[in-house]
Amino acid sequence: MTDAVLLQTVDEDVIARRGVWATVRRRVLFWLPLAVLAVLLLMAIVPQLFSSADPRACDISASARPSSPGHPFGQDLQGCDVYANVVHGARASLSVGLVCTLIALVIAVGVGTVAGYVGGWADSILARLTDVFLGFPFLLGAIVVLNSLGKRSVLSVSLVLAVFSWPTLARMVRTTVRATRDAEYVQAAKAMGFPTTRILSHYVLPNAVGPVLAVATLTVGGVIVAESTLTFLGLGLRAPSISWGLQLATAQSRFQQAPHTLIYPAIFLAATVLSLITLGDVLRDAVNPKGRS
Amino acid sequence: MTDVLRFEELTVDFTVGGTTQRAVDGVSFGVRPGEVLAVVGESGSGKSVTALAALGLLPSNARAGGRISFGGADVLAMSRAELTALRGRRIAMIFQDPSGALDPVFTIGAQLVEMIRTHQPSLSRSAARERAIELLRMVEIPGNRLKYYPHQLSGGQCQRVMIAIALACDPELLIADEPTTALDVTVQQEVLDVLLAMRSKISGAIMIITHDMGVVADVADRVVVMRKGSVVETAEVHELFDHPTQEYTRTLLDAVPRGGARESDPVADQEVPALRIDELVVEYRGRRGRTVRAVEEVSLGLNPGEIVGLVGESGSGKSTIGKAVLGLAPITSGEVHVAGQALTSASASDLRKTRARIGVVFQNPAGSLNPRGTIGQSVGEPLAVHRGVRGAELRRRVEELLDSVELPGAWAGRYPHELSGGQRQRVSIARAISLDPGLLIADEPTSALDVSVQATVLELLRSLQDRLHFACLFISHDLAVVDQVCDRVAVMSQGRLVEQGDRESVLRDPQDPYTVRLLEAAPVPDPREQSRRRGLRLAG
Repeated sequence: MTDAVLLQTVDEDVIARRGVWATVRRRVLFWLPLAVLAVLLLMAIVPQLFSSADPRACDISASARPSSPGHPFGQDLQGCDVYANVVHGARASLSVGLVCTLIALVIAVGVGTVAGYVGGWADSILARLTDVFLGFPFLLGAIVVLNSLGKRSVLSVSLVLAVFSWPTLARMVRTTVRATRDAEYVQAAKAMGFPTTRILSHYVLPNAVGPVLAVATLTVGGVIVAESTLTFLGLGLRAPSISWGLQLATAQSRFQQAPHTLIYPAIFLAATVLSLITLGDVLRDAVNPKGRS
Repeated sequence: MTDVLRFEELTVDFTVGGTTQRAVDGVSFGVRPGEVLAVVGESGSGKSVTALAALGLLPSNARAGGRISFGGADVLAMSRAELTALRGRRIAMIFQDPSGALDPVFTIGAQLVEMIRTHQPSLSRSAARERAIELLRMVEIPGNRLKYYPHQLSGGQCQRVMIAIALACDPELLIADEPTTALDVTVQQEVLDVLLAMRSKISGAIMIITHDMGVVADVADRVVVMRKGSVVETAEVHELFDHPTQEYTRTLLDAVPRGGARESDPVADQEVPALRIDELVVEYRGRRGRTVRAVEEVSLGLNPGEIVGLVGESGSGKSTIGKAVLGLAPITSGEVHVAGQALTSASASDLRKTRARIGVVFQNPAGSLNPRGTIGQSVGEPLAVHRGVRGAELRRRVEELLDSVELPGAWAGRYPHELSGGQRQRVSIARAISLDPGLLIADEPTSALDVSVQATVLELLRSLQDRLHFACLFISHDLAVVDQVCDRVAVMSQGRLVEQGDRESVLRDPQDPYTVRLLEAAPVPDPREQSRRRGLRLAG
């Protein structure tokens, strides 16, 4: 039997060549979303590179005019250039989406891990706490909080949105952590006397966090849209701020007369979310040893 | 005499991710009327796939070739409607996991009646009920259990209900796929007894698929030995056990643990015991505040360098004792000393130091290794955490450890899913001995493995123990395995220790009635001995 074990050919080259990077490197589905995100990021940092037009230089006489020379995406209700608005709105939208998701994820992983791993009374308390946040009407909460905050910056809006989006993620973290906690390899690690922090960081979280990250990438899109809802109610970023959410919010009521004002920002939002989801999927597969080639 | 079922040059190919793998390769054998045919083989031998093919139950990525004739027709060429008419009515099947095969939301009565009425629609509801009660009586379950749900029955009872359902239409052939593998030995015996009693009551033949040579010796008339998709040998049961003609059959028979192989070393008594358990009680809080006592006042001692077998059936509390020592189960009262250190009164740092002195090997080699880490990381982690070994030194030690469990050191970069079950268990053992433990707790280390693999893993465990002289608490349900590796044996039943002593005295001359029952229920790979025992049981 031992001979049989040793007879199996060991292809050492294969083993050496299959880190995360080696797996990811040859996949189109890794590079494509990465390229899209890079362009969007560049757009957010230096919008002047993409559009020399001033998004606030509007010609009210050209209200809701479809694409024309000089205005590739057409003009919106106020006659502002849609393309310039999309380019300049990337910064606010992307930062709200990413910052808010990041904050929500940190809170969710923290709370969810404690609830799922410790269990017992800690679980009960944290579960009720998440329920309180889930049960609280989102808009009402946002109105109260944002009205009491004097200044509305990207950070404060993200923070408010994060406060209302972490509970769903936390529930997921709790469930996956709980399932992993009872796995035999975690029991084995406990039996070997490893410190709890090590068990959490090396055993529980790497095996539990996969599905949560997948949902988190979806959250980014949801948050960008939620920001637009707040803005629509006059609670989010205020004009003269420019964001995709603002554009979508003003465009949706006039969709039939001026569809281009809704479609172009929507395409950018969809591209962002799609890239993030694809990238998240590819990375999740690559980080899991079983998904590697 | 024509065969009930006949496989002729059956081939089954699975298409997985573009590549085709042959699971069954040119299998030919027949099941004769009225006989019990055992198909034996290790995992991956294609025995279950062969059986599924006979019912047309192969998964959609499988392609079958050859011919399976049943009552003159070719099963492989049958339409969906013809197959439906065949299944249940003419060929019935029993699966391995009885609690999974019964629908949890219906009573067993409803499931029986449904089966009867599907195949005999002319029967009235009350007639079907009568028949269901009759069937339950046949498998020795009182008729009033008709209203019970599956979770209210034990595993053995569930399996007997499955047999009753399978027999509802008096099939010409009953295929049982590992029908007792998930059950305890005493329960296994009950189920096999019922199965054999059925044989005289129904007209059909029984084809039983198993990996257990003891079960084969117990029930079979003829045996088909399979390996890697091909038939190795077909023989009458006595002939097979007395004169196996093929090399593989001999290896398989030799691999079955028969015990008595270990020389006990006399161990000095004055040393500090490696493990001392005093009146240990473990209680779990069950639902609605009820406490469940898993272990009741168990006292047990292990001297350094001694292997003690802890034997019992599922639910006897044997694993809970192991867990209490490892700190995975609460110690309600009593005391556990590991190398003189009391666990309940130890400080956190003392406790960590003590844990580092205990090695552990779990039952499921697939589950006990971190799937995200390479086996090198898993093996080296205790050294890194408890001893602070790093870098090149760590790599060298990992290679040594892998070498000591007879795995190539270069495999350190592999992941657990790339290894076979036996290889993974070797990795677990390497990890368990990495800190040179004074005490090893092995919780059913071989019960998830094939017999031939089990034999090599036990061999490895013993040679390592000879070299490193750790004390070992060997938890197992398998008396033959315990007989092979242990110096002393302790028998548990329902949370209590019913008997303990030297291996020879406990296993050859048991005092407690439970131990006697356990020993008699465990099937031995000897058809004559098994039929003698069966005769005794039926007489008494």
